[in-house]
Amino acid sequence: MKQFSYTITDPIGIHARPAGMLAQLAKSFADTAVTFTKGDQTVKATQLMKLMNLGVKAGDEVTIGVEGGDEDAALAALEAFMKENL
Amino acid sequence: MILLQGKGVSKGIAEGPLYFLQKPDTTIVKETGKDIEAEKARIAEAKEKSAAQLLALAEKCREEAGDDAAFVFETHAMFLDDDDYVEGINDCLASEQCNAEYAVRTAGDTFAAMFAAMDDAYMSARAADIKDITQRLLNNLMGIVEGGIDSDVPVILCADDLAPSETLQLDKSLILGFALQGGSGTSHTAILARTMGIPAICGLGDALTEELNGREGWIDAETGEIILDPDEITLKGLEMKAKKQAELKELMQTMIGQEDVTLDGKKIKLYCNIGSPEDVAAVKANDGQGIGLFRSEFLYLATDDYPTEDAQFEAYKAVAEAMEGKRVIIRTLDIGADKQVDYFEMKPEENPALGVRAIRICLNRPEVFRTQLRALYRASAYGKVAIMFPMITSVWEVKECKRACQAVMKELDEEGIPYNADTELGIMIETPASVFMARDLAKEVDFFSVGTNDLTQYTLACDRQANDLGKFFDPHHPAVLRALKQAADAAHAEGIWIGICGELGADTELLPTFLAIGIDELSVSPASVLPLRAEIRKSIAGSCTLDALEGEFAD
Repeated sequence: MKQFSYTITDPIGIHARPAGMLAQLAKSFADTAVTFTKGDQTVKATQLMKLMNLGVKAGDEVTIGVEGGDEDAALAALEAFMKENL
Repeated sequence: MILLQGKGVSKGIAEGPLYFLQKPDTTIVKETGKDIEAEKARIAEAKEKSAAQLLALAEKCREEAGDDAAFVFETHAMFLDDDDYVEGINDCLASEQCNAEYAVRTAGDTFAAMFAAMDDAYMSARAADIKDITQRLLNNLMGIVEGGIDSDVPVILCADDLAPSETLQLDKSLILGFALQGGSGTSHTAILARTMGIPAICGLGDALTEELNGREGWIDAETGEIILDPDEITLKGLEMKAKKQAELKELMQTMIGQEDVTLDGKKIKLYCNIGSPEDVAAVKANDGQGIGLFRSEFLYLATDDYPTEDAQFEAYKAVAEAMEGKRVIIRTLDIGADKQVDYFEMKPEENPALGVRAIRICLNRPEVFRTQLRALYRASAYGKVAIMFPMITSVWEVKECKRACQAVMKELDEEGIPYNADTELGIMIETPASVFMARDLAKEVDFFSVGTNDLTQYTLACDRQANDLGKFFDPHHPAVLRALKQAADAAHAEGIWIGICGELGADTELLPTFLAIGIDELSVSPASVLPLRAEIRKSIAGSCTLDALEGEFAD
């Protein structure tokens, strides 16, 4: 299990478009489970509705975890995605 | 041969099967004691169908409006596939032993409520997405055809009359023409038909019966006739007309890319009227030079609750971006009178055309107005957006509108949201009061646009919805044309431009009069752009006369 933390800069927070893209990205790593944590709530990044229901806003710190498969590659891709889109 | 006579309200001729619009029964009843596995299979099938529809929509959207617009549907497809959503439906099935429809609706309602309850305007607005997906799933479960037209080939659509919310749902690519029992030349369906450039006939009455459903027929809007089983001579005539129409259409293609200028060098802004972002495709196909009137009502008519700021922003932005820097004039909410929206809960009025409508609603309900203005200003960062206020009668109204704009700009400043501070503001000239006050009003705004249907209605005291006023409702009446000139003179004296965005703008018979008056802009249905361009390029503005203003006394 590897993880990194990220502070959201997008003014609307995790809205439908990036959430959808994130879920898609998470699904693309067949052997890697991607989790998304805000505070004490953790959801799978593939759970689009739950992900949006975290109500992540600009300024919130979130933690993204990866487990299984090529963890390094998944971590790098997710980190790049977060910086680019959120 | 069967011949039905009505009144042609949108030009053209077409041949195809008559199709009566079915209004489906959408009530859902809870049935218990169902075979859960069978219901699950039904849901799986409906889900598959829904996903395919959504991806097809996304593809279509991507071609027409780009990635951003397409992604809305792709996200919907992902929602549909979301484990929690599916689990919610299955849980309900298992615990209630009920029918698929009931389970889908119950789960959909639960998830929509979950989003609606979130303490975030953006997230709570996503409830609408969940409702939308749930509705699609339900439609597929119940065999309700989206777009309302269950046919593989394009049809002549028959109905009593169509409400704007009904026409919005229709798959336009399956419509050859409209045949209506009721309706009028200024009704919503007629306007839609003109935008699409297809024939429409209204007032066909009871002769247009459902017994004719599925029969092959012709619609000829020039004569106002629906013809079935034409005899040989009639058929020859119809075929000739259809051929001529096709040839003319081809000829008009040569007008694409040409400038809108008269022989003596007077340039005209030739813009288009549209009712929704999807109409932009027609504007582009017909080489319109801008949007002279974007009716924002569709946003309000298409939903059963007030459209959110974001939903409006996305629609305005889509059009502004698609027009690539060309002017896009968006008219603020113009409901009331013939366009009623249930959730506004308007009190019934004795004379709705003279009642609380258009800008009056906005000024009475600052929150509704503010939401729209915020969406408009936010969209102004993505193209050349201009804002137009309808049904103005007084200078104070315009001042109040401008104050509302200032307040919104200040909010956006504070939130650090980009917008164009120089967004042009204009008003509709459609009441006699606005004509009399034109000089004072012109001092306040950047442009005028004349709504000829309403100006005719209010000037001649003729209800535009009434079918039997006939010759009394005369947009060529010298009183209307004189009003137009008075407004134009006032506009020019104050150094602003004036356009026409009513149907009259496409009336080539009046083009010389408009040129003589000095009209700067004509905004017409996309299908009218190229024929009008051809006329403009043949005209000599300097030799046009104001004779039509004397019309009544000419004989």
